[in-house]
Amino acid sequence: MQYFVNVTLTGLTEGMVYSAFALALVLIWRSTRIVNFAQGSMAAATTFIALALIQAGQSYWVALVVALLSGLVLGAIVERVVIRPVEGGPELNAVIVTLGLFVAIQAAIAIVFGSAFQSFPTPFGLEGFQVGDDRIALTPNSVWVIAAVLVTMALLVVLFRFTRIGLAMRASAFGQEVARLLGVRVGRMLTLGWALAAVVGSLAGLLIAGGEFVYPAYMDSLIVFGFVAAVLGGLDSPIGAIVGGLILGLALSYVSGYVERGSALVNVAALVILMVVLLVRPGGLFASSTARRA
Amino acid sequence: MADTRAHGSTAVATDGGTAAGPALLEVQDLTSSYGAVRALDGVSLRADTGRITAVLGANGAGKTTLLRTVSGLVRSSSGRVVLDGEDITSASVESMVGRGMAHVPEGRGVIAELTVHENLRVGALFRGKVEKSEYDRIYDLFPRIAERRDQPAHVLSGGERQMLVIGRALLAQPRILLLDEPSLGLAPRIVAQIFGLLRRLVDSEGLSVLLVEQNARSALSVADVGVVLNLGRVVVTDSARTLMADEDLRHAYLGF
Amino acid sequence: MSDLQSPTTGKNGAGTATAGKASEEAPTEATAGADEPTATRRRSLLPQSTLLRHLLVLLIAAVGAVVLLEITDPFTNSQLATLTYYAIAAGGLTVLTGMNGQISLGHGALMAVGAYTTALFLSADEPLPLPLILLAAIVTATAVGALVGVAAARLHGPYLAGATLALAVGLPGLAIYFHDVLGGEQGMRVRAPRAPEAFESFISAVSGNSATNTKWLAYLGAICLLITYFLLANLIRSRIGRTWRAVRDQEVAAELAGINLGAWRVLAFVVSAAAAGLAGGVLALVVRLAAPSGFTLVLSLALLTAIVIGGLGSLLGALLGSALLVFLPPFVTDLGTGWGLNNTEAAQLAPFVYGVVLIVAMIFAPAGFVGTLRMRWLTRQAKRSAAQPSRG
Repeated sequence: MQYFVNVTLTGLTEGMVYSAFALALVLIWRSTRIVNFAQGSMAAATTFIALALIQAGQSYWVALVVALLSGLVLGAIVERVVIRPVEGGPELNAVIVTLGLFVAIQAAIAIVFGSAFQSFPTPFGLEGFQVGDDRIALTPNSVWVIAAVLVTMALLVVLFRFTRIGLAMRASAFGQEVARLLGVRVGRMLTLGWALAAVVGSLAGLLIAGGEFVYPAYMDSLIVFGFVAAVLGGLDSPIGAIVGGLILGLALSYVSGYVERGSALVNVAALVILMVVLLVRPGGLFASSTARRA
Repeated sequence: MADTRAHGSTAVATDGGTAAGPALLEVQDLTSSYGAVRALDGVSLRADTGRITAVLGANGAGKTTLLRTVSGLVRSSSGRVVLDGEDITSASVESMVGRGMAHVPEGRGVIAELTVHENLRVGALFRGKVEKSEYDRIYDLFPRIAERRDQPAHVLSGGERQMLVIGRALLAQPRILLLDEPSLGLAPRIVAQIFGLLRRLVDSEGLSVLLVEQNARSALSVADVGVVLNLGRVVVTDSARTLMADEDLRHAYLGF
Repeated sequence: MSDLQSPTTGKNGAGTATAGKASEEAPTEATAGADEPTATRRRSLLPQSTLLRHLLVLLIAAVGAVVLLEITDPFTNSQLATLTYYAIAAGGLTVLTGMNGQISLGHGALMAVGAYTTALFLSADEPLPLPLILLAAIVTATAVGALVGVAAARLHGPYLAGATLALAVGLPGLAIYFHDVLGGEQGMRVRAPRAPEAFESFISAVSGNSATNTKWLAYLGAICLLITYFLLANLIRSRIGRTWRAVRDQEVAAELAGINLGAWRVLAFVVSAAAAGLAGGVLALVVRLAAPSGFTLVLSLALLTAIVIGGLGSLLGALLGSALLVFLPPFVTDLGTGWGLNNTEAAQLAPFVYGVVLIVAMIFAPAGFVGTLRMRWLTRQAKRSAAQPSRG
């Protein structure tokens, strides 16, 4: 029983990060109908910036803020420079561009920061809380991870629901032409959308890095997990992305916790889950009425 | 074709319905193309304050392209668009609403993912903060959408959608409203209701409406001036009443 | 649906673009142009029949391959061996992405299937004859490809990319899970069979060079490459190829014409998976190792780069793109060390260039470099033939 609780807690913590990452993908998908496969590399780049600052003696929090800000800038630059020319074109072209970014940024990280495994610090402890006589798998760091993701999501809800700029962003995403005719600077809103998504993705990258080793390709699995989580939720729905992330986190945690040598199977399990969802419920687990894709 | 042009030029010469003096919106010799297809071929017309100007013609006559070129969605290859004395031919689409021109595109342009009220708010976004009374005024004009203000817009019926987009455009406080096929797919009763409302707004608030319609009979019943387009050219411009009375013209171009 | 799609489709007003449609206007036109009888008649040196023409090209290419392998040094021989397996896989991917408009980031994983199959069969005490082993590699990869293809046929664009990405990241994990059989992280050593005596006498007759094992493997790769391209070229020109293009470009029309889109997409996936399986088999022989580190995502993306450079849909393009994958890395790595980068950093310059090439190609020359050149050439031809009547 205690083992089950621990596996579940681990799954929820990891799932929160997948949720955040999936959310970043969904934000971009909703506004530009592009899956940003470069999201992982972009997040890895900002994580390495944070790591460089920490190694230079800065505090974790300074590094965190700088990394998120560089994510913001990186997202905006990426949208303006390489995505804008292929927006609205054939979808294969946009896919290939984001894949190109994916490889290019990953290689650039290796050139600038080296390809070695480096350990990334956490701001809080990695020792589980004491409950009665037992230590559970919930650590101060996982509380920080969960809180950080929840706060980010709350801020996004406030932004999109209650601010004029959030409304302008949603209008731009869903009715580009109408929004332009009503005076909304759609181009700027799309840039802002990519920038925000990159911040959320960067946060996910920093959180997953905490207490682990980072290397230029350390986000490769996360881009897959984020994509699977987003597809589970229907790719169009922020709520779906969050739920999808949690479901995936739990599922993968059970696989690695209950299957012998299951940790080697986590990526395969994600693949299987994705295939099953795409074949059985291509619109996502919560597809309401119409199929959202052909 | 030669016959058409002769008919057109004589009719323009009589100039029955248009007012003298500077127009609110003036389209001068506008030409624009989709690829190799020339959709507008030297179109000139004007729209005045306090008047409804209806642009009529068959499918493919260039009506929608005309509106899209006026609001900058399609770039013209030659000619000018002048709004209140200012040349706006190459102004950005986003700036049009700030200049007092609101374009309601074909197919209604309701943003289905937003609620009814959010759709309205988008219309006023560029103006900054807007008094609640302005929204109340729109809801008074269209009580049917007021009932659904917090529902997602995709639940609205066709008529309600049309009311919503007109209401949204009105929140932008335009001097001229560009409407693309507002009657499309709506029941005659709803069309009459919407056109009646437009008439009241134009008369009471000095709005100008440039209306593009395939449903010529309904449009002429509400409009002051009619402009008939055929294959990208103006065939005739005249008062709505004269056009209604011209049986040959109605048969040839307006299909009723 | 239209409301949902409006953000993307509204902008170019072209409706939902079929994957890769606009990007491949050039190759389509090019092939269409070549299919016209007038075009073939003008090239009077080549036979009329497509099959005969391809056989002739095959013969010339075979002679060319022998000459190339005999005039170059052993190191270049091994580079050319590498080229062969890249080119086989890229040829298959061309059928899928270029001809049929489906994207796959999973071809690296399918190559892994072929490579591990080959390694397993060769590890037997009395291994089967090599052609049979390679056939087994093809069959296994085809089976996996069919499985993926059935799922993929219902997907498009980003969904397909994501699903095959998951395949690329996930499948190598199986090698680690079944480490008793598949060797885990270290992978499996491959005992490449020795060259037969006939090969040695052939080489000594042709050039008098020593028939090393490296040379034998390069020849083996070249033979596989030539056979693959011969088959693919015929397939592309056949009714099957035309149907694939129809499925890509005229989805709705093809469906109305009674074409089962799904079945044709699966077939394209299966054919390209077969090529990837063979490529994996050759890779295992040439590299003498099948290990997860050899089949990273970068491999799949490198293949994509090759076909994008080559101009999506052209086998010659895929071949040239593959050549770039082989000869570009040493070049840029040298450049990098010249700039003062250390070896591991400089080694990353090649993937960096792949990425940049993908982006630049999609933004500036979506038809690929070969496609763009071909389009230029065709335009010039058209202009010339348009000008001719007035002259004559």
